[in-house]
Amino acid sequence: MNQISPQQKPALWQRPMLVVWTISLFILTIFWLFGKPYLAWAFKLPRGWQSRLRYHISDAANWLLDDASFFGLFTFTEFTRSIAAIVAVPYDFVLSIISTGFLEGVGSDAIQLLPPLSWIAVIFLVFALGRYARDWKLAMLAAGCFSYLAIFGQWHSSMITLASIIIAVPIGVGFGLMLGIFSYRFWWFDRAISPILDLMQTVPVFAYLVPILVFFGFSPVAAIIATVIYATPPMVRITILALKQVPSELTDLGNMVGCTGHQQMWKVMIPSASESLMVGVNQVIMLSLNMVIIASMIGAGGLGADVLASLRRLDIGAGIEAGLAIVVLAIALDRLSQALAHRPPDPHYTGPKRSLLQRYPYSLAGLAVVIISGLAGLVWAGFQRWPEAWSLTTGKSANEIVKFININFYDQLDAVKTALLLNVLIPFKRFLLSLPWPGVIALLGLAGFSLKGWRLAVLCMLLGLFIVFTGLWPKAMITVYLCGISVIIASLIGIPIGIMAAEWKPAWNITQLIIDTLQTLPSFVYLMPVVMLFRVGDFTAMIAVVAYAIVPAIRYTSHGLKHVSEDLIEAGVVSGCTPLQLLTKIKLKLALPEIMLGINQTIMLALSMLVITALVGTRDLGQEVYIALTKGDIGRGAIAGLCIAFIAIIADRLITAGADRIKTRLGLAK
Amino acid sequence: MKYKLTGLIAGIASVTALSLPGLADVESKDPIKLTLHDWTGQFITTRIMGSVLKKAGYNIKYVQADYIAQFAGLKTGDLDVAMEIWETTGREAMDAATKTGKVVNVGETGMKAIEEWWYPSYMKEKCPGLPDWKALNKCAEAFSTPETAPKGRYLGGPVTWGGFDDERVEALGMDFEVVHAGTDAALFAELESAYQRKAPVLLWVYAPHWAPSKYKGEWVQFPKYTAECYNDPKWGTNKDAKYDCGKPRGPIWKVAWAGVQKKWPGAYKAIQKFNINNDEMGAMVGAVDLDGKKVEDVVADWMKKNQDRWQSWLK
Repeated sequence: MNQISPQQKPALWQRPMLVVWTISLFILTIFWLFGKPYLAWAFKLPRGWQSRLRYHISDAANWLLDDASFFGLFTFTEFTRSIAAIVAVPYDFVLSIISTGFLEGVGSDAIQLLPPLSWIAVIFLVFALGRYARDWKLAMLAAGCFSYLAIFGQWHSSMITLASIIIAVPIGVGFGLMLGIFSYRFWWFDRAISPILDLMQTVPVFAYLVPILVFFGFSPVAAIIATVIYATPPMVRITILALKQVPSELTDLGNMVGCTGHQQMWKVMIPSASESLMVGVNQVIMLSLNMVIIASMIGAGGLGADVLASLRRLDIGAGIEAGLAIVVLAIALDRLSQALAHRPPDPHYTGPKRSLLQRYPYSLAGLAVVIISGLAGLVWAGFQRWPEAWSLTTGKSANEIVKFININFYDQLDAVKTALLLNVLIPFKRFLLSLPWPGVIALLGLAGFSLKGWRLAVLCMLLGLFIVFTGLWPKAMITVYLCGISVIIASLIGIPIGIMAAEWKPAWNITQLIIDTLQTLPSFVYLMPVVMLFRVGDFTAMIAVVAYAIVPAIRYTSHGLKHVSEDLIEAGVVSGCTPLQLLTKIKLKLALPEIMLGINQTIMLALSMLVITALVGTRDLGQEVYIALTKGDIGRGAIAGLCIAFIAIIADRLITAGADRIKTRLGLAK
Repeated sequence: MKYKLTGLIAGIASVTALSLPGLADVESKDPIKLTLHDWTGQFITTRIMGSVLKKAGYNIKYVQADYIAQFAGLKTGDLDVAMEIWETTGREAMDAATKTGKVVNVGETGMKAIEEWWYPSYMKEKCPGLPDWKALNKCAEAFSTPETAPKGRYLGGPVTWGGFDDERVEALGMDFEVVHAGTDAALFAELESAYQRKAPVLLWVYAPHWAPSKYKGEWVQFPKYTAECYNDPKWGTNKDAKYDCGKPRGPIWKVAWAGVQKKWPGAYKAIQKFNINNDEMGAMVGAVDLDGKKVEDVVADWMKKNQDRWQSWLK
């Protein structure tokens, strides 16, 4: 092996690599076509070769659960249980305020001492918060969102969900910020945490649900902890990135005026990075709301439970109403938190002394409404709880719409589905399943080597071999097939939409609303109508994956196009480019690395949807995780989860390496 | 508000005192945690049990939990009682849990689970000879889809439900391909869709559930289940294979955390005695899922009409 890396001498390496690729592919094809009778083990792993790791993991978990202790002082379970107890304190407090009221006693014997905030009070508070954070428009939006919850009879469940979000988000943001700062300060910590973050983001939640239940107990708190694990990684990553992007002039200034390390971080760097940090907060909120359905399976209740229960009785309308309540909560929380972060500080006041009311108009008005509506609630319960008789519902109309489509258009839809299935999906699946694993591993290594170097090659091959020896190779191939097809389709649809949204402003506003909805509306809601129209199977799973994973393809494409340097565009205009040429020859080329990152994220989201696709009967790794969950098999779930994570990591590293190469070639690299 | 609440509590107390003299003292005022899953029948059984225990003076709490994942909580006492563990879908998890000694089987609920291949009545025209399973092979084509043709398509339950359908098809030499739905919801979404179009469909349906009362149809008749059929290959038409018969019709069980008996002996006894049958349950599930009534109202109604019955559970 030659030590020269491809970046240093691209000209020399371009051609030999091509030759190597051609030869390898040729050998592989021969191997694939004729190798089976001679090397059966390469096509199907002998049973005896499978690793017993999954049993060891189960044993280790049982040991942790039953025997492990800290120096004999307290057991591991006691430790985790006490964490749960600590988290439960603020949760119970918030729940008391917005849902149950302050109680004495527990269970059905509890007596309410103080009622919770009435719907009027909550809506007014978010209204005031919106006005305080930005303007009347935001105030109306926030109040409108919460009114939806009251009017459509979602109030009770929404407040339960909101309570767990109110606790999970600050914990996630706080931990994310801390870990991010640590990684920024200490390079070794950065190195250590990076793979852990990869795993947290890619191991499906179902894989660690059982251990969480066992260690943290069966309660909303367990759900909050699962939510935090899932939602924190983007915050860490964005924190690191944001701190690195703080202009050096600022940090120099900080040093010059004699800031201590602590002051430098909290007074200079964090404030100046706050805009980027808010992107992280936004992601934590969105991902937390993503977890609502899964959280409800382990005791969180709330909107997630409503969605599941209504779809079990095939009440699509009720499912959509509850699902939209999650979307509405997400939009309100997101817009409010964005506005709060961008709020200019109050001008320093120097006039005559003001009354309390002048100084705190919003807080005092809020307090007044809380008290008045609370007292009014004692007179007539409708002031406390939105009267049930006033609740609106779409009733059976959603079911009727689906029925109409089903009866009138089923044959056409079925024809499209069948054509795609027979001509694309099934052949691709068969092809992947027939590949010999040593060949695939070799190709991965070659790809890693030619994109970056031997380190990446070794990493890809090792991760691939792990999957081989778990005996989950066929399921992994089905995973690759399902996600691969979905990602291709998502890109084919998403990138043009992203281009349109970047080029034409009104389109962007509509697109943003749609992608926010797609990201937070639980996919379960639209999965059942899709099942009705396309039956259980891979095609339905593919639609669900595409619907969810298309979001980053759109977002990154339009982001990339919008951020192409003005100078270059101007240069294009001056040299007489038509708008089309401007787009294809300049903008798209320069935005390519960004678009590739978008595709990368699309792959990640596609993989994270696997667990949901297991619910419509696919036979991939997601199903393996799901089976492990329902059997409470910690080891089996962990292994299958790791396989998914490793596929994600391989894809991520290869694409990032590819994007870096393009950047270097375009001269965009830093 | 407070005045009203006190009144309400006094009211409940007086009712309890009138109807159940001597039962107001309970062993522990800690809440008994009953699990709720995601299907209506289970909501009803659990809320009936909860209401009865509440009338006896126990403190109760409903906790939302996943059907199988709940065993982790039942083992530790985070959860106390689960009212519906189905023989066919939950047996394995239940046995694994009771083997640890931390969870106990509190006996049958009185309901019998039926789980079998099912088709809508309109399929009888296209496939005369039904409900006998042998007729299915002659009209496998009628049940086929492009992906499975020429074989028929049978939509089985989620793989996690077990049921041995793949083995059954093999053992009985049926020209069918088993496709597994991932969830209960997906299963019935397909049925609803096919029923609307009067399209061919053959799938796993179970009772008590709202589907058999909403849609007209029948269960396929396989050779009757016996224990030997599942254990002994020699049994039945296929001498070399097990599972050449229908599915067992098993009871639906109640389970509890092992500590319940000690902590709330009276409640434990009542849970043991809890008994309800398929027809009653089917009617109540229908009232909720098809007529749109609220679970709480249906349960309250049952409580009113069956006072003698539930009071006898508390004796």
